[in-house]
Amino acid sequence: MNPKEARIVIIGGGISGASIAYHLAEAGCTDVTLIEKGYLASGATGRCGAGVRQQWGTRLNCQMAKESVAFFERAEEILGYDGDVEFKQAGYLIVGTNEEEDARFAENVALQQALDIPAEHLTPKQAKRLIPHLNTEGVTSATFCPTDGHLNPFLMTDAFYHAASERGVRFKTYTKVTDVRVKDGRVAGVETTAGDYPADVIINAAGGHAQLVGQMAGVEIPVQSQNREILVTEPIEKIQDPMVISFSRNIYCQQTPHGSFVMGRGDNRPSGYTTESSWQFLEAMAQTAVTLLPPLKDLRVVRQWGGLYNLSPDRQPIIGGTEVEGFYIACGYSGHGFMLAPVTGRLMKEIVLGEKPSLPLEELSLERFDGEDTEAYEQSVV
Amino acid sequence: MDKRDVIVCRCSDLTLADLEALFNTGYKTFEELKRIARIGMGPCQGTTCGPIVRSAIHRRFKEPIERIPLHRARPFNIGIKLGAIKEAADDES
Ligand SMILES: Cc1cc2nc3c(=O)[nH]c(=O)nc-3n(C[C@H](O)[C@H](O)[C@H](O)COP(=O)(O)OP(=O)(O)OC[C@H]3O[C@@H](n4cnc5c(N)ncnc54)[C@H](O)[C@@H]3O)c2cc1C
Ligand code: FES
Repeated sequence: MNPKEARIVIIGGGISGASIAYHLAEAGCTDVTLIEKGYLASGATGRCGAGVRQQWGTRLNCQMAKESVAFFERAEEILGYDGDVEFKQAGYLIVGTNEEEDARFAENVALQQALDIPAEHLTPKQAKRLIPHLNTEGVTSATFCPTDGHLNPFLMTDAFYHAASERGVRFKTYTKVTDVRVKDGRVAGVETTAGDYPADVIINAAGGHAQLVGQMAGVEIPVQSQNREILVTEPIEKIQDPMVISFSRNIYCQQTPHGSFVMGRGDNRPSGYTTESSWQFLEAMAQTAVTLLPPLKDLRVVRQWGGLYNLSPDRQPIIGGTEVEGFYIACGYSGHGFMLAPVTGRLMKEIVLGEKPSLPLEELSLERFDGEDTEAYEQSVV
Repeated sequence: MDKRDVIVCRCSDLTLADLEALFNTGYKTFEELKRIARIGMGPCQGTTCGPIVRSAIHRRFKEPIERIPLHRARPFNIGIKLGAIKEAADDES
């Protein structure tokens, strides 16, 4: 069968599912249906910090992020989108507070520069020049990449949605997949709250619920989900261009184009599916943010919320096939799947259509976890 | 009256014409509209535009009005300064 004529069902209408839908349709797939239990971007995508950075500690993450940035820079043009996805490249400043981090920063910057990512290792003084309100007490060094930034998750998802719809993809929102039918080791279709859909190819892009969808097909995916909280303040005039993050202080904080500040932390939580708001987060967040960026003390918090990180054992995504023929997964983004979405879509298209992979897929495969306890090797995560 | 002159959400500057354009692209609930167009995300957090949007959805999609959910309210009811939260937290520890 010509793979382009396969009946393809994508489960999940977050940024990953939307990008996969667009890339498949753009490549000529004629029968693509995306099924989303809520509305588009109702999962992690619409709850995320919206940050896009290329300053990573593994070659593959650097490459994926760099290629995604190149896509975001021209997203409206590539997708023929009337609106503006609000991609602002004002850089990411990563702040370190101990020698161990300084050493890691030096290694990371060397790797990034070798891949033509324009990152630099800075002294605290140089960092303060970029962000005058940064409290450098206890800061030992920093790294900065001017082409990092942030973009609007709702509008980026909307842009993929429009481009995919124009190319014939059907979107079924408010429809939940309740079971995946497997026959003789290959997929046969999905059952949903609005009827059955026969399928030759099923792509699991269910974010924080990916392991549950995996179980429906009898595939164990070694990921877990954890609530990560985040808040937003009232909008004020522009005072901060770059996103500020710190792994040791446990914070990321950006001023959005709208003027509000969005900030979050990466505290380890019990695995589960709740996305509740807590006082513990609010207090720790206020302490960290006001200490590192003192003028923020006068900003009023207007909302806080939570979303699911889908964590893989080595904090790298899982993109590829499974032991069930026709069942593919794209999950385990470990808190950085928004920024990787353009590459997610492209790689999934290559995998489904059996094209030559443009990046080393072994490092993203489900099989990499077979039989061994992998240690987290991407250290640069909040 | 021209729909372009009817303000639906004054905080986020959205007209009835804007709202109907969004309905036409497939968005049909408050939660979706809020995310795509900031309706209900202004200083009043939707207390002004909530009922107006709801009745627009009702007229357009013929859903019984009591079955159309308003958007989800989240903490906080009023804004609290980060500095005040930090001070309170510092005092506790
Ligand atoms: C607080 C927070 C901050 C973050 N900050 C950043 C950041 O700054 N930069 C970054 O790159 N990433 C960030 N992330 C991570 C990022 O949000 C995710 O990696 C990314 O959005 C994943 O997209 P996705 O499409 O794979 O999953 P999701 O957006 O979660 O989409 C999955 C969709 O599947 C649907 N679904 C699930 N089960 C079913 C079913 N049975 N049937 C039908 N539909 C189903 C869900 O409703 C959901 O809409 C952050 C995450 C959180 C929580
Ligand atoms: S009028 Fe819509 S948020 Fe205030």
